[in-house]
Amino acid sequence: MINTSSLRKHLPQVIQYLLLAIAVVLVLTPVVMIVFGGLKTRGEFMTRPYALPIPPRWENYGSILKMSSFWLMLRNSLIVMAATTSGVVFFCSLAAFVFARLKFRGKELFYNLFTLGLMFPINIAILPVYLVLRQTELTNTLIGVIVVQTAFQLSGNILILRGFFANIPAELQDAAYMDGCTPFGFYWRILLPLARPSLSAVAALTMIVSWNDLLVPLVALDKENLWTLPLGTMQFQGQYGQDLALIAAFVTLSAVPTVIFYLFAERQIISGLTAGAIKG
Amino acid sequence: MGIHPASIRTSRGGGAADSARRSDSLLTVILFLLPSLALFLIFVVYPILQSVYYSFFNWKGFGPAVDFVALNNYRRILTDRVFLIALKNGLIIIALSLGIQLPLALGIALMVRRDLPGRAFFRTIFFMPYVFSEVMAAIMWLGLYNADPQRGLINALLVLIPGAKPQAWLGDTRLVMPCIFVVLTWKYFGFYMLLFMTGLQNIPAELEEAARIDGANRRQLFQYITLPLLGSTIRISAYMSVLGSLQQFILVWVMTHGGPVNASEVMATYMYRFGFVRFQLGYGSAVAIVMFLICLIFSLVYQRLAPQADYLGAY
Repeated sequence: MINTSSLRKHLPQVIQYLLLAIAVVLVLTPVVMIVFGGLKTRGEFMTRPYALPIPPRWENYGSILKMSSFWLMLRNSLIVMAATTSGVVFFCSLAAFVFARLKFRGKELFYNLFTLGLMFPINIAILPVYLVLRQTELTNTLIGVIVVQTAFQLSGNILILRGFFANIPAELQDAAYMDGCTPFGFYWRILLPLARPSLSAVAALTMIVSWNDLLVPLVALDKENLWTLPLGTMQFQGQYGQDLALIAAFVTLSAVPTVIFYLFAERQIISGLTAGAIKG
Repeated sequence: MGIHPASIRTSRGGGAADSARRSDSLLTVILFLLPSLALFLIFVVYPILQSVYYSFFNWKGFGPAVDFVALNNYRRILTDRVFLIALKNGLIIIALSLGIQLPLALGIALMVRRDLPGRAFFRTIFFMPYVFSEVMAAIMWLGLYNADPQRGLINALLVLIPGAKPQAWLGDTRLVMPCIFVVLTWKYFGFYMLLFMTGLQNIPAELEEAARIDGANRRQLFQYITLPLLGSTIRISAYMSVLGSLQQFILVWVMTHGGPVNASEVMATYMYRFGFVRFQLGYGSAVAIVMFLICLIFSLVYQRLAPQADYLGAY
């Protein structure tokens, strides 16, 4: 009697966990397959594709870490990511400050102009943007990739930061001005330190977008020594199409920074994303 | 900057809305806006306008555009069978996303809500695919979809079922779009789950408590409390899902190149093919403008129909 009633009480929760466990397995399967694949020799990959990688073979990882091109791609990706992220955080916070805290003619007009950018994502704009890159002779430069990535991150992040900045009390600004602070002084010494959580959210989001971007490097960069990791991954897959174990190791290695970053910055990423989508 | 007389005179309003009392010099505004405005005008606005111009030409990308064809490019796009396939595939992705992906995300968000032990673990796992690049996702799934049961896990599991035959998956014109949709769901449902989790968190617990005390069962609770209060989150998710579906590119390009025989063509792969493979830049520009107009019209209609409060924060 007691048993059945406790079963009835706990049954929904048991089913719930069961469903969630299935979902976890489904989500992780592709990831586990690629990690295991990289730990097999090419022969093992062919003969026992679904067996556990016992003993693990580190040769694939070794041979990729010995490729100078891998380190070059890593370096290029880091340069692009660092430059894009600093640009986005700095420029967007300046603009968001203007839209959230200052008043001037044409403010609505400019703000609406920026929000229009949300309807013109880079996937749609890539051909028009490529033409401009060609005219400005920025193809085959990392600068070209950086300015385009930055330009297309402006709209969303200005919107996010404007929301955050608007919540900072106006009295603070009044007091700062009374004390002889300039608008830039207020922005630099008071607003930015106060808004650090929102800035790190924007930074984390931008880092991921930039790090993962394939499209802009794909159209802008022909020269192999400028390739970023995603572009290199795609080319590598085309080049070593037959050696699936090596490709698996390559993909795993290029995912490692992403996963580490994700585990550390999950909170920032999530707060940025939800702030962008849901007001308040 | 010092204290302005004006700031004393007009300081009666108070609150953030009254910032006008400080005469913010135009120079400040200009200097603060300049970097983003310049980048935005050169690399977002100007490309659109220039492409509108090029879209009226037959232009291969060398020298100035001289072969003016008026609206011919647009006429060709709208009557090209392949573009119509791409459009249809976009609508398929939208329908499947709204019909399957978002409800799935909502279901999981409801399961891991509030008090469930292990909530953070599930959230971390389910959201993880979102942070992987699309290239990685595509390569992972290319392996799983391999037509040979000796190589592709999905077929290997499928042949375990008596009578089931291995499928060509991405090589099958009928199956390729559902297959791509599965990858899209794997990659993006966690994002919508996150939005729903946030939305659910904003529903006051007392409200549900009160309804429960009044005798509402789980279904009624969901139908009359949770769902209506989640309205704006659902609308924004749907909006973002539609815009996202219309601009898919990398996953499709890396996994199928739009094939087999155009069966998985989407608008962005169509544009890429004409612009960067065949170098018909005038025609490609016209495709970009058509895509832009579709997104713009959808957004305007959405903003007209959705309650004012919703879309302000949406992007």
